[in-house]
Amino acid sequence: MSQPLLRIEGVEAAYGEIVALRDVNIDVNAGEIVTLIGANGAGKSTLMMTIFGSPRARAGRIIFDGSDITAMAPHDIARSGIAQSPEGRRIFARMSVYENLQMGAAVNGGAFFNEDLERVFAIFPRLKERMRQSGGTLSGGEQQMLAIARALMSRPRLLLLDEPSLGLAPLVVKLIFDTIRDLNKREGLTVFLVEQNAFHALKLADRAYVLVNGRVTMSGGGRELLARPEIRAAYLEGGA
Amino acid sequence: MAAPNDRPRPVLQTALVDAGFAGLVTFGLSFPLLAYRTEQDMQNQLVVEPRWSLSLVAVVAIFCARLLAGLIQDWRARALAIPGALVAVYGGRLALVADPATGAGVACVGLALLAIAFPLDARLRHAPAQVARSEAPDRGGLFAIGGLVALFLFPFIMLAWLGPAGSLKWINNFGVQILIYVMLGWGLNIVVGLAGLLDLGYVAFYAVGAYSYALLSTTFGLSFWICLPLAGLLAAFWGVILGFPVLRLRGDYLAIVTMAFGEIIRIVLINWTDFSNGYAGISSIPRVTFFGVPFTANDDGFATLFGLEFTPIHRTIFLYFLILCLALLTNAVTLRLRRLPIGRAWEALREDEIACRSLGVNTVNTKLTAFALGAMFGGFAGAFFAVRQNFVSPESFTFIESATILAIVVLGGMGSQIGVALAAVAMIGGTEILRELDFLKQIFGESFDPAQYRMLIFGLAMVVMMIWKPRGLISSRAPSIFLKHKRSVAGSMVREGHG
Repeated sequence: MSQPLLRIEGVEAAYGEIVALRDVNIDVNAGEIVTLIGANGAGKSTLMMTIFGSPRARAGRIIFDGSDITAMAPHDIARSGIAQSPEGRRIFARMSVYENLQMGAAVNGGAFFNEDLERVFAIFPRLKERMRQSGGTLSGGEQQMLAIARALMSRPRLLLLDEPSLGLAPLVVKLIFDTIRDLNKREGLTVFLVEQNAFHALKLADRAYVLVNGRVTMSGGGRELLARPEIRAAYLEGGA
Repeated sequence: MAAPNDRPRPVLQTALVDAGFAGLVTFGLSFPLLAYRTEQDMQNQLVVEPRWSLSLVAVVAIFCARLLAGLIQDWRARALAIPGALVAVYGGRLALVADPATGAGVACVGLALLAIAFPLDARLRHAPAQVARSEAPDRGGLFAIGGLVALFLFPFIMLAWLGPAGSLKWINNFGVQILIYVMLGWGLNIVVGLAGLLDLGYVAFYAVGAYSYALLSTTFGLSFWICLPLAGLLAAFWGVILGFPVLRLRGDYLAIVTMAFGEIIRIVLINWTDFSNGYAGISSIPRVTFFGVPFTANDDGFATLFGLEFTPIHRTIFLYFLILCLALLTNAVTLRLRRLPIGRAWEALREDEIACRSLGVNTVNTKLTAFALGAMFGGFAGAFFAVRQNFVSPESFTFIESATILAIVVLGGMGSQIGVALAAVAMIGGTEILRELDFLKQIFGESFDPAQYRMLIFGLAMVVMMIWKPRGLISSRAPSIFLKHKRSVAGSMVREGHG
């Protein structure tokens, strides 16, 4: 395999004095689903934000598709082909579903808007029904669908998903994860998924990393990690 | 619907207890405020004058109103019953104290209102809940056209009705004055309502615009039509200057810095006397001309040119149309921008800045354009202010102006254009109306000046608004894109920062 699509190299990030990430090394190859699991406060979301340049990495490099994006402005990073469905969904509550999707296409100036709209409506038919509702009136699952759809509108080569299962009913979680798998299988979309829901995430992922207190402590194939007793003990059985 | 069968206590009893309590509170409050008043007597000494009847009236009025509110559940019936009760109480007092015949008449009117309210309440309460009409015809467009026609006809109607002398006050104090604030409100609405950047120093741009015209016209003799865009540009420039340092600030912190900015501009204008002539201000600013034709009684004046008899009202009417067009321009630009990516980015920024950044929105540019555009319209309004007053001084640009404009935007429901216009009419028109309420002197005595109570009434109105319409007069947000017709979303359905 040639060089990975996203390479995180020795990244360290901090909020003032408090160091959130230490020497994190992660590779995401094109066409893969890679997941990062970890407990609350392990630094998962910080890593997501650091990829997007806020907070900036204090040390190390982030390389996307061969170019160094460590010091780039957030909007330029988005323009280079990375899209994010942020933690807590962060949809625009008082704007309609349609307008939310328009914002998602802001990066490429809406050049493929209609085409992409059809595409995300085919993936999430529910959003088509809700097109004119304002985002804040959607249910949690629909909001998550909207957050993913909004991210897809920019035609990303790498999709970052930050805890898409947060606060959703098991059935909806399954639907979301099935969709992610589908997108990956059918369109070859590369996905970097951050999750607390270790079971679902590991089952889905080609490869996985475990983050503890800002350090990567384990890595391997998704199913392989799922079988390890220490993972089962720390994230699956005790963590209900 | 409220289930009537699981009431713990009978309605009358609950309402009585509640009303009695409200009456007690009123008594406690009115005792120090109303029951005694200090007056200077003949020997120039302070004496206490008892005014127990006023206190009594307040207690009785509050008791009745509260009782009725407890007994009557439908708000429409309440709206009828409570004024009815107040009128009845007032009539009763009048009958006892001063004029039995008139008092009895007034009391009868009040009682009649009450008598209508009770059966009305019963009917409305048992009427089936109205089904929302989903296919209502779009009346918004018609309403807007009607409103525009009315606005354009307003000065002529006033002129025909009250004559040149009588209509001056209405066109100037009401028309022009309100429209200035409508325009300022719409300008600030871009910054506060759309982009969600709390700006407490908006008056600074108003000042920049006013001084731009004042200085450019008096120093270089430039005409209004050249100065107007220059004033807008200079204000936009200062908007960007303010925008840069506050890019990383939000909410309270942003409000404090912008407030300081407003004060800095004012204090610089006061102290840099070489530039701005300090407190004395700049006077004899050229008056507005009809595209070069002055509004004077001379042979080359407007009146002679159009074969009219000279009156100063011509200039006022021209100013009215000038500010009307400027305000409509502000509105048109805002409405247009809301449909363009930049306007959508403003709104998205208001909703969630982090999400914006992760979607590739350049938040720096987005904020700066919002500041610049809002400031530009403030600058236009400032230039208009200068040409209307033909005098500017720092006194006109105090913090209370910023607060008033912000209050208009908030009261109107942030982001709603029509709401802002209504709020400007209510706030500015309301204060002007207070000067007209001479009949209140007959009730409260000759020394009563309603205009003195305007801040009190204003404050009260704000409190009432925050209780009943916490998201402003027009709190729904019309989508900028829709299929067949607009379906706005009620403000209460969505809360900032919550899904």
